Amino acid sequence: MSTAAATHEHHDHHPTGIMRWLTTTNHKDIGTLYLVFSLTMFLVGGSMALVIRAELFQPGLQLVDPGFFNQMTTMHALIMVFGAIMPAFVGLANWMVPLMIGAPDMALPRLNNWSFWILPMAFSLLGMTLLFPSGAPAAGWTMYPPLVLQTGDAFPFLIFAVHLMGISSVLGAINIIVTIMNMRAPGMGLLKMPLFVWTWLITAYLLILVMPVLAGAVTMLLTDKYFGTSFFQAAGGGDPVMFQHIFWFFGHPEVYIMILPAFGVVSQVIPTFARKPLFGYDSMVYATASIAFLSFIVWAHHMFTVGMPLAGQLFFMFSTMLIAVPTGVKVFNWVATMWKGSMTFETPMLFALAFVFLFTIGGFSGLMLAIAPADLQYHDTYFVVAHFHYVLVPGAAFGIMAAVYYWLPKWTGHMYNEKLGKLHFWLSAISVNVTFFPQHFVGLAGMPRRIPDYSTQFADFNMISSVGAFVFGFSQLLFVYVIWSCARGGQKATDQVWEGAEGLEWTVPSPAPHHTFDTPPVIR
Amino acid sequence: MAQSQAYYVPHGSNWPIVGAVGLFLLMLGLSTTLNGLGFGPVLAWTGVAVVVVMLVGWFSTVIGESEGGTYNQQVDRSFRMGMTWFIISEVMFFAAFFGALFYARQMAVPWLGGESNNFFTNLLLYPGYENTWPTNGPGAIGGEYEPMAALGLPALNTAILLSSGVTITIAHHALKDNNRSVLNWGLFATFMLGFLFVTLQAYEYHHAYEAMNLKLSTGIYGSTFFMLTGFHGLHVTLGATMLVVIWVRCLKGHFTPNHHFGFEGVAWYWHFVDVVWLGLYIFVYWL
Repeated sequence: MSTAAATHEHHDHHPTGIMRWLTTTNHKDIGTLYLVFSLTMFLVGGSMALVIRAELFQPGLQLVDPGFFNQMTTMHALIMVFGAIMPAFVGLANWMVPLMIGAPDMALPRLNNWSFWILPMAFSLLGMTLLFPSGAPAAGWTMYPPLVLQTGDAFPFLIFAVHLMGISSVLGAINIIVTIMNMRAPGMGLLKMPLFVWTWLITAYLLILVMPVLAGAVTMLLTDKYFGTSFFQAAGGGDPVMFQHIFWFFGHPEVYIMILPAFGVVSQVIPTFARKPLFGYDSMVYATASIAFLSFIVWAHHMFTVGMPLAGQLFFMFSTMLIAVPTGVKVFNWVATMWKGSMTFETPMLFALAFVFLFTIGGFSGLMLAIAPADLQYHDTYFVVAHFHYVLVPGAAFGIMAAVYYWLPKWTGHMYNEKLGKLHFWLSAISVNVTFFPQHFVGLAGMPRRIPDYSTQFADFNMISSVGAFVFGFSQLLFVYVIWSCARGGQKATDQVWEGAEGLEWTVPSPAPHHTFDTPPVIR
Repeated sequence: MAQSQAYYVPHGSNWPIVGAVGLFLLMLGLSTTLNGLGFGPVLAWTGVAVVVVMLVGWFSTVIGESEGGTYNQQVDRSFRMGMTWFIISEVMFFAAFFGALFYARQMAVPWLGGESNNFFTNLLLYPGYENTWPTNGPGAIGGEYEPMAALGLPALNTAILLSSGVTITIAHHALKDNNRSVLNWGLFATFMLGFLFVTLQAYEYHHAYEAMNLKLSTGIYGSTFFMLTGFHGLHVTLGATMLVVIWVRCLKGHFTPNHHFGFEGVAWYWHFVDVVWLGLYIFVYWL
């Protein structure tokens, strides 16, 4: 395998060292860049979460002042959403979509490089605000006016960083759509595509439709602060609630942007380790499309308490509940795929199973939040925090971890250390529940989110939650070690890697040579 | 034109990283400018310069490859799809501002005027404020102003942009029929009309600021008016610049009757700008 790879490397004459990474147009290089960037951001954003949990370990103000606490909640969210989760999925798409559809590379390779390198620029812009005397943005990642307009010198940095992230995402999404629609090997019809490719196709549509709307929203914030416009100011005939509508028109599809590719990963992993084809392939595709469509007509469920006509509350309540139907179809299909399969439980499968179980918990708390009259109690409490962390950490992040363990042997040519992988899984799976499950209870009892101090009756659950968070955080160092040692060496991986794995990516050598499918494969 | 069989995959390019650094400098410059730091504008203009160098360099490479016959039909299709989705993302950018306009007119302003369940809010906070459009809000932000009429200059501008849509179509047909002089003159007319539009709009803005006291800061009406027409004007300027590039390429003899994506991409963009204007004319100026 490595000889094949070496000969491929040879005739290429690509630059070495840092210039290779700065100028690369290779989808595998760029995928690696995205994944490494995302892992770095995951650790940075995670450290901020640990600052938050350390402060919340006990009631009272101990470690950080409230202003800095607010900077941490805001920056943690922005970094995790735009710096960790989204780039990780784009990295996976870069690596795997061309391999899965039998394409020589992404359709627009130079644009691909640009999409990536804009991201570190955006996060440098955002990150440097932590050093400002007036601090980093602290009004929450949702940037609601009028509060966000009180941000100090960091304000324009926040706005322009979001613009850059948007440009990066839109260009990346265009590339993915074009690759999938134009670069499939002959014979690979749309309904023969692996589900990861399908979910990414639909995710890319969502990105193109909503990222520009976010750009518009933050542009209006910018002009409201510096150029005297009145978009979000009642005195001038505008309305701060209007920002929330525009923001969540972006924000809700954004939620699915972060979860649909994870659905795709799980739909690849479960069939492999159950050694059965995916149950209900077509219905999976239609369910994904339905979720994507519904994501555009549910946004105001984030704003039930802000004031809206009764008809609006009813519409957004029922449309939100409808999402449970296609999501239920997916969960049913994953379970049915495992039904009577010959299952084995390697690390990727463990993460995928935890995903199915824990994401469903997050989905159910979502249903509770969807009920408008009940949401008046839950709104802006830790119940919401518990809900979205259940869909984002054991949901999206576990999806990414499953994908990394699943495809790591294909990327590096080595098997990762299975024992350490399993240890990483169990530490993560247990600690994530210790962290977030108690937050349901304090939330239902009325503990507000984004507050550095709390009433003493919430003390015990918060202490448990903080302990869980630290275990979870430090367990991820194990993840980094497993990846690092797997890249350095280990047991040679076969081409197919997993006994039950099917698909084009398993027909190329491990590690995948620098260029694959220069001539398209033939699909039966 | 010779066409290679395989899909063209470029090996390494310096332009994207140059572009990323340029964007970084630009955004850093804008941010520091807004924070009142003296070196901000210098940084921002440096960023603009780097981005322009990147655009020229990158497009020169692509044009060279295209004219050299590097691209097969599949590559051509990638460009078409890419441009289509880029334009759709632009449509969504404008949708945010149109959404703000519709929300203000249908929700925010009527509610401030006491509609729905806001009777007492209106009575207590904004007594006497009524739901009208255009408005600069209960605080009359920006003071007395005169709203922009739909007839006159805006109507003339509508005619100008619509005619430019016709001239670019004439140019396209001429390109397909290999009638190069009609192609060149059609393109010339198109971007001249485009620049005429921008000039007239600049005059309109000047008139609004000087004679009508209608400014970006004139409440929600001024905000939506200038943001929508301003971003549109920016896109017209960009589109017209693209047309000039395509025109120069045509003068150099680029494009063939059945291989001219560069032309079509710009034409699509121009039609997009045109359609956005129709929406603007109807909802911002007319209704």
